[in-house]
Amino acid sequence: MSRIQTTFATLKQHGKTALVPYITAGDPHPKHTVNLMHTLVKCGADMIELGVPFSDPMADGPVIQRASERALKHKVGLTAVLQMVKDFRAVDQKTPIILMGYANPIEAIGAKAFADRAKAADVDGVITVDYPPEECAVYVQELRSRDIDPIFLLSPTTEPSRVDLIVKQASGFVYYVSLKGVTGAANLDINEVSGRVAEIRKKTNLPVGVGFGIRDAATAKATAAIADAVVVGSRIVTTIESSTDENLLHNVAALMTELKTAVDAAKQ
Amino acid sequence: MQLYDMPDARGHFGQFGGTFVAETLVEALDELRLMYEKYRHDPVFLAEYAYDLKHFVGRPSPIYHAKRLSDKVGGAQIYLKREDLNHTGAHKINNTIGQALLAKRMGKPRVIAETGAGQHGVATATIAARMGLECVVYMGSEDIKRQAPNVFRMKLLGATVVPVESGSKTLKDALNEAMRDWVTNVHNTFYIIGTVAGPHPYPMMVRDFQAIIGIEAKQQMQEMVGRQPDAVVACVGGGSNAMGIFYPYIDVPNVRLIGVEAAGHGLETGMHAAPLTTNSPVGVLHGNRTYLMQDNDGNIIETHSVSAGLDYPGVGPEHAWLKDIKRAEYVAITDDEAMAAFHNLCRTEGIIPALESSHALAHAEKMAKTMRKDEIILVNLSGRGDKDINTVAKLANITL
Repeated sequence: MSRIQTTFATLKQHGKTALVPYITAGDPHPKHTVNLMHTLVKCGADMIELGVPFSDPMADGPVIQRASERALKHKVGLTAVLQMVKDFRAVDQKTPIILMGYANPIEAIGAKAFADRAKAADVDGVITVDYPPEECAVYVQELRSRDIDPIFLLSPTTEPSRVDLIVKQASGFVYYVSLKGVTGAANLDINEVSGRVAEIRKKTNLPVGVGFGIRDAATAKATAAIADAVVVGSRIVTTIESSTDENLLHNVAALMTELKTAVDAAKQ
Repeated sequence: MQLYDMPDARGHFGQFGGTFVAETLVEALDELRLMYEKYRHDPVFLAEYAYDLKHFVGRPSPIYHAKRLSDKVGGAQIYLKREDLNHTGAHKINNTIGQALLAKRMGKPRVIAETGAGQHGVATATIAARMGLECVVYMGSEDIKRQAPNVFRMKLLGATVVPVESGSKTLKDALNEAMRDWVTNVHNTFYIIGTVAGPHPYPMMVRDFQAIIGIEAKQQMQEMVGRQPDAVVACVGGGSNAMGIFYPYIDVPNVRLIGVEAAGHGLETGMHAAPLTTNSPVGVLHGNRTYLMQDNDGNIIETHSVSAGLDYPGVGPEHAWLKDIKRAEYVAITDDEAMAAFHNLCRTEGIIPALESSHALAHAEKMAKTMRKDEIILVNLSGRGDKDINTVAKLANITL
């Protein structure tokens, strides 16, 4: 079993929902990233989504765009991100790491080389926003042959017939984008999300994660009640953005603890 | 001979093109693809399109023999396809009319666009006003500065112009922002992309709507000189005016197709916008796979050109394909060379060309010198230069 599968299985035994924080690697400065990852785990992260900075993050709202820009100022690209995962793994061999980013950094080195290097760094899953399943057969094959989970997004506009196609390609979990829009946009409609998640579950046994638009303990709790994983991104990145070098870890820990309490309360 | 038949059903030109978008946009693109399939050969749709091209745009645009320019340069005869005479001053309107007619049929009351030089933004604002659609145009704040007259025109036409402050604050960032808008408002919004880039079906659809340039040119050259030109020259940013004039010529033998990219301060300086000429690596940006100016980590690098309309790190996927199959050739012209050609056309022919088109003119002049007097170069004069007067004045240290 992959780390992602093991994590979901264990959580299920305990009747819990995974809390999956997102941070952009290299934001606010590359020296903080590995420490931040350990802090996230200490405060209850079940998995970590680690953003690969990209110059043109078309699916992201302003908060994560700015995080990318801060990281790129320090030349944090895919190579540097993979090194951070390696450094994290020197201490933590348990927490699944999911890379989230865009196609071009992968295209730049090729799908095979990317899969090799991701495996060497001990990455567990990859989300590539602008790789719909029709365009990335080789990438999926290269990842899966190395037991790395290719994770795909499902959106409110995804037709039922496409859900079938996508879940066939996906492994690890599927990620339901809870709103039409970019990351960190408007509040989500929990009833609509609940209906969509129920429909997805009819088509796959894969765990269903929900993200985009979860911005506080209340929405995290509501989402945790219906999903297998709750992904929180822009809210955490906002906290990183407004912190100083001195209080960064403290502020992120405080937010994570609050989110963890909310998520754990959902299914009690 | 096997006739040219590209792209494939999913928008691929060989390894280029495709549909590389976030999941939220897949359904919208599917809908657009189906609607375009339905209407692209529909006689009523095509009649409406043709009517607007004739009565609203003023087509056909003439072909003009630039005799004094040809004599001055010495060598081949230079002919100009006068897209600068179109309503709104450039070729961009050909495409916005086609897409706006589709938006109407799809029941979308709101259109959005990205713009670099502002010509596509003006063309979109114009057709939105003409058809009663809400219009929002995204424009890099850097471009807003250098293309102020077009910003004002868009506002006069009732469009909202949104300055884009992210990234390099130019065309590519405007495109990112328009995509973000579309992903958020996909239920009521039609995204009018201005160039032969973006996800399928845009590269094909924009090419088809711009192909009127080449269709007319073929007929006009036959009538005017009794034969087709030896070479067709057009500037390439994303590449819509070039694709428009090239496409009907792809199957015509012995007509060289030459795309002119922006060499900016010089290819050797790295400050340019010439991904094809410099053999940039293949990558994925804005929904398609193409040649892209990027660093080793796959991040897009900042481009430079004096002309905002060419200031783009990628190129339409069909140009990438035409380069690979060697049907078209791609070269680059520096800012200085383009400026010289700009002034040359003003003084010898009484035509103020757009800085974008001046790149094509500059290359045509270079080529003409090496050709016989009875040979013919057809330049797509894709736009007029009124929008560029501030840039030119600044470069020449003139206070307006």
